[in-house]
Amino acid sequence: MARYFIRRALSVIPTLFIVITLSFFLIRLAPGGPFARERDVPEAILQNLLKRYHMDEPLFKQYLRYMGDILRWDFGPSYRYRDLTVNEIIDHGLPVSMSLGVISLALAVVGGIAVGIISALNQNKWQDYVAVSVAVIGISVPLFVMGPVLQLVFGMRLKILPIGQWVSTHGLKAIILPAVTLAFPYFAYIARLSRASILEVLRSDYIRTARAKGLKESAVVWKHVLKGALLPVVTYLGPAFSGIVVGSIVIESVFLVPGIGRPFVQSALNRDYTLIMAEVVVYSLILIIANLVVDIIYGLLDPRISYK
Amino acid sequence: MRKILFALFALLAVAGLSAQEFTMVNGAEPTSLDPHAVEGVPEHRIYTALFEGLTINDPRTNRALPAVAESWSFSKDYKTCTFKLRRGTTWSDGVEITADTVVQSWLRKMDPKNAFQYADLPAMYIAGAQEYLDGKAGPESVKIRAVDKYTFEVQLVGPIPFFADMVSHYAFAIVPLHAIEKYGTDWVKPDKMVSNGPFVLSEWKPQEKIVVVKNNKYWDAKNVVLKKITFIANDDINVGYNLYKSGAADWTEAVPLELMDEAKLRKDFHVAPQYGTYYYIFNVTRKPLDDARVRKALAMSINKNDIVNKVTRGGQIAANGFVPPSTGYTPAKGYGYDPATARKLLAEAGYPDGKGFPTLSILYNTSSSHKSIAEFIQAQWKENLGISVNLLNQEWGTYLDTRSQSHNFDIARAGWIGDYLDPSTFLDMFVTGGTQNDGLYSNKTYDELLQKSRETSGNERYQLLMEAEKVLIDQDMAILPLYYYVTQNLIDTDKWDGWYPNPLNVHPWKFIRPKK
Repeated sequence: MARYFIRRALSVIPTLFIVITLSFFLIRLAPGGPFARERDVPEAILQNLLKRYHMDEPLFKQYLRYMGDILRWDFGPSYRYRDLTVNEIIDHGLPVSMSLGVISLALAVVGGIAVGIISALNQNKWQDYVAVSVAVIGISVPLFVMGPVLQLVFGMRLKILPIGQWVSTHGLKAIILPAVTLAFPYFAYIARLSRASILEVLRSDYIRTARAKGLKESAVVWKHVLKGALLPVVTYLGPAFSGIVVGSIVIESVFLVPGIGRPFVQSALNRDYTLIMAEVVVYSLILIIANLVVDIIYGLLDPRISYK
Repeated sequence: MRKILFALFALLAVAGLSAQEFTMVNGAEPTSLDPHAVEGVPEHRIYTALFEGLTINDPRTNRALPAVAESWSFSKDYKTCTFKLRRGTTWSDGVEITADTVVQSWLRKMDPKNAFQYADLPAMYIAGAQEYLDGKAGPESVKIRAVDKYTFEVQLVGPIPFFADMVSHYAFAIVPLHAIEKYGTDWVKPDKMVSNGPFVLSEWKPQEKIVVVKNNKYWDAKNVVLKKITFIANDDINVGYNLYKSGAADWTEAVPLELMDEAKLRKDFHVAPQYGTYYYIFNVTRKPLDDARVRKALAMSINKNDIVNKVTRGGQIAANGFVPPSTGYTPAKGYGYDPATARKLLAEAGYPDGKGFPTLSILYNTSSSHKSIAEFIQAQWKENLGISVNLLNQEWGTYLDTRSQSHNFDIARAGWIGDYLDPSTFLDMFVTGGTQNDGLYSNKTYDELLQKSRETSGNERYQLLMEAEKVLIDQDMAILPLYYYVTQNLIDTDKWDGWYPNPLNVHPWKFIRPKK
């Protein structure tokens, strides 16, 4: 187990290396550059700007310099936001994006499993129909539609929740709408997934045995059904977490959440090379680690899997 | 009873207090709070709260009002401008601002090593500054000096009667060099920043908000009523509009095109002429666009009134001339909608009924309104001239590269908003070899007229500029003006005083206050 974990952890290094190298050269292929403006920058100033950011050096030398900096977790200055280093931008935004992501994931998992259980145990009754309809809506309505609709209803009409901005302005209330919006499609998918797998487990032999030996229904559900039914949900956690992290880029714009998603989009439009690179590294790390964690949880839940 | 009265008083006090706080949806996260690095509208609005140059803009007319300078005068030939500084004006930490502070600040802006965008703006007007900016001479070549502690003198490259108006621009900002020396680039952080405007920086949460509070050391602090301003950073205009509508913000600028009809019905929606023009650039080096008859035919076959009334719908003004009208300046007449003459011109150029006309493309940057306008023009040219054009949509960075670097386009969308109220900010762009002359237009007469205008002043100068515009538009139709921009602002002027629509859309914060 420990050896497996170490091996998996080490495999992060070549993955990241490839991601960084590819991104470094790919973003420089895009037309334009960080200092292009509608009102052209005078030549003398442009040359000094390039010098300041070492962009006058050969590309490969820039690459080596960058790799050296990144080993020290130094992402360099932002080309766009002159007053801030890229590390400062990430340090400001990452905790915000992470907490939004984790809260949304928790909402999706807890809510999704609960609804899944209720609808499976009440198959083809009204509870089931309601749950299935909600799930269909959740899966088919995109985030950028769901967000503004919730803003309109809860922010503009009912005026009970803020339309946008974050905790420093509105307190914890500010988290509700973005988290719910972000969680919704994953909640819906998890509800469907757990409903289907619970139904399948309910029909399996070991459940029939459990019931035959006279176990109480609640014990059957909590001890046997749930454990078996959770496996597909856990498998889905990896993609769900990635989806939530990436989806938060949309949500951050819609709800003015000061995370790392908005600077990511802006950095691409502004050709803010250092900031794009840092965002790519951070997002890759989050996704790689999330997948690693899912693999480990999976092993803990399913005795058939062993780590070698 | 006393309890009720007390509660009532408390309530009034709270209401009064909150009315002295102001929140605005400010657009994108500012690229910098350093006045010399400012280059966009959101940064400019924060700049006007925190800093003041020698002059500031009048909130109604945009002309110069005294600020750090209490008065100014020109030499007879308008080539030297002398500013008298207000005595005892200080930074928020109490350090005095003198003529030498102004000299050192301007030199910092133009120092090529500092690589500030917009450094070429002061360099265009101050004698000897261009050489310094180009690295050909040292700072001593720049003709600015402190005559005494409170007198600052500038020698200009020619007669520039609007120079006092211009120095309200952030390119002429005065900065606290003592703080910059002490803290380096960190001097703009909330616990370190020193400023001289009506407000000082209190909080900066990147991608979220910037909060400024009243500066008690400001020379005119007794006339500043607002206690606190919050600038919300946002890059989605729908959210900005909703924040305003829900009452969470007191002022926002942008209205989504889809909601324009709703916004126009609101009493607090202010539309006013802006000093800016939306136009198309012809790449005059390409056939058949190298023929002025073709360019004129293309211009005369567009119904610009339909563009502003049916497409943009926000009160924009159809434009046949390029420079927006202003006092003393009448833009070129240009050509109105005249499809019959357009067809005749196109036939003269060798394309009767559009036959044999190559398929050109219109380049524009991603935006639903640019797209709608291009589609409308595409349809008009098809209908009126029988020619087909393609639409070419590119994301901003790519579009700029195509338009300004490779010049690999036929017709490109463009827009320009004047930095200050003078026609030269528009006409200077199209001199031969100009950095913004993306259609590669070149006309000797035009160049000479502009050169001559730099050596004259007053009415004579305006005549030369108007003549130049006639060459650019009436004679050559080098660019195709479509409409004059308007400013669109949502702010309740029944509640707020001191805010007026104006052509540069600059609204100094010291004047804004709750209405009594």
